[in-house]
Amino acid sequence: MSLIKIWEFGQMSIFFGTFRRASLALGLLLPGAAMADWELNMPKGVTGISAEVYDLHMLIFLVCVVIAVVVFGAMIYSIFAHRKSLGVQPAKFSHSTKAEIIWTIIPIGILVAMAVPAADTLIRMEDTRNSDLTVKVTGYQWKWHYDYIDEGFGFFSTLDRQSDLARQVGSGIDPSTVDNYLLEVDNPLVVPVGAKVRLLMTANDVIHSWWVPELGGKKDAIPGYVNEFWFQAEEPGIYRGQCAELCGRDHGFMPVVVRVVPEAEYADFIAANAPPKAEVVPASLSAPASEAVIAVPAAAPAPVEWSMDVAMGEGEGLYNAHCGACHQPNGQGLAAAGFPAIAGSAVATGDIAAHIDIGVHGRPGTAMAAFGPQLSDEELAAIITYQRNAWGNGTGDLVTPADIAAAR
Amino acid sequence: MSTATTTHGHEDHGPTGIRRWLTTTNHKDIGTMYLVFSLLMFFVGGAMAMVIRAELFQPGLQLVDPGFFNQMTTMHALVMIFGAVMPAFVGLANWMVPLMVGAPDMALPRLNNWSFWILPFAFTLLLSTLFLPGGAPAGGWTMYPPLVLQTGNAFPFLIFSVHLMGISSIMGAINIIVTIMNMRAPGMTLLKMPLFVWTWLITAYLLILVMPVLAGAVTMLLTDKYFGTSFFLAAGGGDPVMFQHIFWFFGHPEVYIMILPAFGIISEIIPTFSRKPLFGYSSMVYATASIAFLSFIVWAHHMFTVGMPLAGQLFFMFATMLIAVPTGVKVFNWVATMWKGAMTFETPMLFALAFVFLFTIGGFSGLMLAIVPADVQYHDSYFVVAHFHYVLVPGAVFAIMAGVYYWLPKWTGYMYDEKMGKLHFWISAISVNLTFFPMHFVGLAGMPRRIPDYATQFADFNMIASVGAFVFGVSQLLFAWNIYKCARGGKKATAQVWEGAQGLEWTVPSPAPHHTFDTPPVVK
Repeated sequence: MSLIKIWEFGQMSIFFGTFRRASLALGLLLPGAAMADWELNMPKGVTGISAEVYDLHMLIFLVCVVIAVVVFGAMIYSIFAHRKSLGVQPAKFSHSTKAEIIWTIIPIGILVAMAVPAADTLIRMEDTRNSDLTVKVTGYQWKWHYDYIDEGFGFFSTLDRQSDLARQVGSGIDPSTVDNYLLEVDNPLVVPVGAKVRLLMTANDVIHSWWVPELGGKKDAIPGYVNEFWFQAEEPGIYRGQCAELCGRDHGFMPVVVRVVPEAEYADFIAANAPPKAEVVPASLSAPASEAVIAVPAAAPAPVEWSMDVAMGEGEGLYNAHCGACHQPNGQGLAAAGFPAIAGSAVATGDIAAHIDIGVHGRPGTAMAAFGPQLSDEELAAIITYQRNAWGNGTGDLVTPADIAAAR
Repeated sequence: MSTATTTHGHEDHGPTGIRRWLTTTNHKDIGTMYLVFSLLMFFVGGAMAMVIRAELFQPGLQLVDPGFFNQMTTMHALVMIFGAVMPAFVGLANWMVPLMVGAPDMALPRLNNWSFWILPFAFTLLLSTLFLPGGAPAGGWTMYPPLVLQTGNAFPFLIFSVHLMGISSIMGAINIIVTIMNMRAPGMTLLKMPLFVWTWLITAYLLILVMPVLAGAVTMLLTDKYFGTSFFLAAGGGDPVMFQHIFWFFGHPEVYIMILPAFGIISEIIPTFSRKPLFGYSSMVYATASIAFLSFIVWAHHMFTVGMPLAGQLFFMFATMLIAVPTGVKVFNWVATMWKGAMTFETPMLFALAFVFLFTIGGFSGLMLAIVPADVQYHDSYFVVAHFHYVLVPGAVFAIMAGVYYWLPKWTGYMYDEKMGKLHFWISAISVNLTFFPMHFVGLAGMPRRIPDYATQFADFNMIASVGAFVFGVSQLLFAWNIYKCARGGKKATAQVWEGAQGLEWTVPSPAPHHTFDTPPVVK
């Protein structure tokens, strides 16, 4: 096995090396497309499993290349040698039992040889036992929620502001000027290097899929299911990926970012975010994620006087992060896609209770999610206050956290 | 065999004009309508692909809203699968199966008329959703709940159009089976049937087995949405993954529904232009049957990331890898047919050869996708997009084009423009690779499928793919123009048309008269 691997990687690096140089030459011919790197292949990744997966990928690829050389070689030879214009007479044969048996048996042998290492790796991938750390990952339209269930805190992870501004239709911002365009979030998942991290995957609305190529794969996050996925990153660093399962309008805009940090840095991260130990009652481990939501970075929130200024100030940013994708930052919605306007709408200028009800409980059967389980009373109060007063709605209503709590 | 009508035995006294086409029960008329409809849908679906590739030309959103982008990907797939590829094969079957087995017409002519005329209504229904408030379905052609249940006004249109397409396919399949089983010319035993007839017979059985499964799945979606059931809703005790199992139990055989008739066409064309009989006829038949059988026990390889038990993943991995064996047999047989032949390279042969090369590349990536540990990286990435476009575009679509060029002289009585056909071939063959080969790279490097915008490191290959797609799209106008020209006139075609062609369809004059084989030919 190891000999095969050494030979195979030698071959492959020659192949890809040549290709890379050729592509770079081609790249020079394409104006305005001078992106740094022509990524061609699956990354080797930073976990033991991802390296094994890469090896399997290269092995099966090599097998395919060898078969292709033989089959296409025979075909190309035939196309040149057995053509009527050379004056050849066609042969008459129409079968050969011997040949047919040979080319049935050999592929079966190759497949068995492939199936063994593949099954071997698969069995190890599925072994989620003895993890050092468990994080619950919940997919939302269109953001991730990470819940450190042993530590009793969690947070949302959404597309960062810069990418979000640049990705609007006709934003006029060149994506190449944005660092890590579409692959950056406000709050990354932070895990310690060398730890076996077990992720418990689920989803709140539709099916999502959590994928970081460098960590060796993906797993679907499905409402009503808890799937398991694990990785053990060997090198500190920032690893990026995306949602891989079509999940609606902003499927392309819910990246995954994982920061793998040294043990000490991880301890600092936990210390800065975990609620004081005294408050962690064991029962909270099984409590819904929403009760453990804390904004990150979590400076202990000093109690502020709830006022119109505070609500409107907070509301704008929260609105843009949670509502703007559909209802748009200008409140006009997207009529063509079925997302109603909030500016001047009957809901946002009418009965407060009805407005709060939609925000907290959503509209079942539509893309309007129930935000009650996702956001805190303060956050929802700020957003709804903002919606009722921005864009000329001007109702003058101040919704308080207590109003939200009452509507839950 | 000379009983084929050189003078019309009895003239057709049916209505003329549009009523002729509305009321016709003639297999040739219906075949033509299927093919024209399919070509129209090929351009409609192609226009949607152009929107997709234009938006993906460079990073950032320049042209369309992400919601509309999702509508385009969803509709592109539905239109191409159910509107372009499947009706094209049914059209070819309508035209060629009776001619190949020496039957005067399809067994159930009125059913035949009905199964075609359902399609324009199905697609009017589906395409009309583009003009509804809220737009067309955007949850992907796979219609996974719960996402698809968020579809607005378009939802019932989607479900009912899928039902109509299913009814049309099932009736077409019944007709083909009955024709093949009952109306073969005396002496034509099953193992003397042309391979195109064999592959269609097996395909028709697949259709009858799986289209009702799809109908059941979408009906459950309908009741989940409007009648308070919870088949697929976790909150009501249902299971969203169950939909995927049911869908792919339909979906995987569906993949072979779109490729087995292509195998049949290629198995007709390569012997003709190699001037040598098909190598391994019976192993071709058995390989086709094995592929059809295996297609029912591999469905969950579309779902390796949903969290199946280990034993399930292993089973579906091994079963999927097995498909490589009969598929390999077919490719080897085609190569052996060419071997020591005396080949010429007219347009149908060029498309057939490109099919063997490029379909095989799609087969290789299919084998790679079967390896579960690697699949968790490939799954839902552009690698998968590259894979299925390789088997569907230079696979199924090239085979259809090969078949059209091959039989066009028989249909119209004129030779198509060979020079333009070759030009069409070379532009298509180059641009199709330019379009889909780079998708392997961006997929491996981490680009998910079905996204309207992407990180900047994927920019170069996407630009190349878009350029390829535009060239491919425009070059299909050559195809349409060539067909139109050929229908209007040109060099007269002989009955034999191709020097090396074998089979009953070449014993009737070109163009094939309205009624053929009123007296069955005798096959020795």
